[in-house]
Amino acid sequence: MELVCPAGNLPSLKAAVDNGADAVYIGFRDDTNARHFAGLNFGDKQIKEGLRYARDHQVKVFVAVNTYAQPQGWERWTNAVDRAADLGVDALILADMGVLDYAAERHPELRLHLSVQASATSPAAIRFMHRHFGIRRVVVPRVLSIAQVAHLIKESPVPIEIFGFGSLCVMVEGRCLLSSYATGQSPNTFGACSPAAHVQWSDTPAGQETRLGGILIERRDRNEPAGYPTICKGRYEVEGETRYAIEEPTSLNTLDLLPQIMSAGVAAIKLEGRQRSTRYVSDVTRVWRDAIDSCRRNPAAFKPKADWMDTLARVSEGTQTTIGPYERTWH
Amino acid sequence: MPTDIHSATPPRPRLSLGPLLYYWPREQVLDFYAEMIETPVEVIYLGETICSKRRLLRPEDWWDLAERVAASGREPVISTLALIESEGELKTLERQCADRRFLIEANDLAALDFLEGRPFVTGPSINLYNQRTLSFLAARGLKRWVLPVELGRATAIELLRVRPAGVECEVFAFGRLPLAYSARCFTAYNNGQGKDQCEFRCGEHPDGLLITTQEGQPFLALNGIQTQSAAAHSLLASLDDVTALGIDLLRISPQSHDTAEIVRTYAACLSGDLSTANGLVRLRDLAPGGLVDGYWTGAAGIAATGALTGV
Repeated sequence: MELVCPAGNLPSLKAAVDNGADAVYIGFRDDTNARHFAGLNFGDKQIKEGLRYARDHQVKVFVAVNTYAQPQGWERWTNAVDRAADLGVDALILADMGVLDYAAERHPELRLHLSVQASATSPAAIRFMHRHFGIRRVVVPRVLSIAQVAHLIKESPVPIEIFGFGSLCVMVEGRCLLSSYATGQSPNTFGACSPAAHVQWSDTPAGQETRLGGILIERRDRNEPAGYPTICKGRYEVEGETRYAIEEPTSLNTLDLLPQIMSAGVAAIKLEGRQRSTRYVSDVTRVWRDAIDSCRRNPAAFKPKADWMDTLARVSEGTQTTIGPYERTWH
Repeated sequence: MPTDIHSATPPRPRLSLGPLLYYWPREQVLDFYAEMIETPVEVIYLGETICSKRRLLRPEDWWDLAERVAASGREPVISTLALIESEGELKTLERQCADRRFLIEANDLAALDFLEGRPFVTGPSINLYNQRTLSFLAARGLKRWVLPVELGRATAIELLRVRPAGVECEVFAFGRLPLAYSARCFTAYNNGQGKDQCEFRCGEHPDGLLITTQEGQPFLALNGIQTQSAAAHSLLASLDDVTALGIDLLRISPQSHDTAEIVRTYAACLSGDLSTANGLVRLRDLAPGGLVDGYWTGAAGIAATGALTGV
């Protein structure tokens, strides 16, 4: 099972390589990828150096071009595909059928992975994308239980990659418009959920407030930690009560499930967090490398070590972690 | 008929009724459609698109309803599930897609696998964002697409300019916006239950469970695994624009009250029998969560912009 790690810049790419990643995924500096944040991502010079560094250590580099192209900016997406092909990256991670169609026609030799943003959750969906675009791997949305993942692997024409750790999207990826409902910009159209320019933090007599596009999505006591300000993890009024109506400020950690993930035949496990620090990338990559190696040596005796869990808890957003949808009780 | 956007007077868009997104008692559903086939809607989408556990109407019942809709002179379209997780859901979807009596609306990529090579519609949860996706799907049998709701007129104009002959464009024109889908059932979650023990509590919320902000602003509505806007998106104030662009169909999304009146209001405004200003006055009374149209003008979806604010 391949360990796929995030990198938002060159130091993080090197940190992932140094700490045991099998592959690193990155993006260009524009809205063609789903971590379109200021100061993040790669220009051609950094990619070339990153590719060289990764290759020297037998590590692969994937480029995400996984937002949805609109007619007004179509060339940005085709240019991104062409650039990635010219740079000789190991795979392109795509979501949009139009972009996939372009890439498959223009660069038939290029290895294509179907992004989680494509929202393919079933063998039929994967068959369709495989038949037309020759995709060679699918990253599945965080909606399936581990039993459903195992079944999907048996039925899928291509290997399956899943998210193992990091920020938890509560909604099926690629079909969540909550961010654009409040701000006009979504992961699909802009490459970011809750873009920073639309977030306001303020101290008020009633507590610390977080607004997105002017809408109050959280009001908390001063001693409560503030997570990344997404609508799905905000606190609202429901039938006269104030509560987390969609999900608590929690993030995903599947380390407990690692033996089941490996025995299900998952081809690759992805760690979320291209927007996070180099330290984060080092820590999570090292823990997951150790854990995968340990589980591979003796899956029956595998138990997450306390110091692994401590390290992961320290870098997690919010106050808690969850196995999320992989466990049926979450649904 | 597809419209030519260059013609001097494009035909008026027809009205469609989107799939019922909520879980109402069986009799209420049957009464609702009996009422709808007396209204000026010309296309009616039928079927469960949100949750496979909702079975007060079975797939066969929806097909029977489709026959009745067809007998009334309207076009029935069978709508399918938006998020496929289990093997059972996939099998049901395959069976639905194998029946060739009526057009099918795909709401998940899986449906495209089953529908390829015959005429089909893509619903708002199929990500058709650009001209290449449009031509790709048209070559597979696409006859009509519903513009994803976060896209507005700027994208619609570009897509209409290059649309293949015979492919129609439908836009979401009234109702709570479908914004997101999840593995989790939020109605059950807010009752402290899991999806597997849900007790069909969504049946208690005929228009979804309202979420307001901590300062009392109506914000979202939870409908099982779906999250919707609390406000109703409305293009009533933009009907001249929508008509001039050559949009073929305007979708009215069902709500538990006054849907027929909403349809008639749109029809009267389209025909010129009712002014937009008077139409909006009427509509505001029928949409308790308020009216928004930001997505259409390229703003945040929750915004009320342009013509909607000017009247």
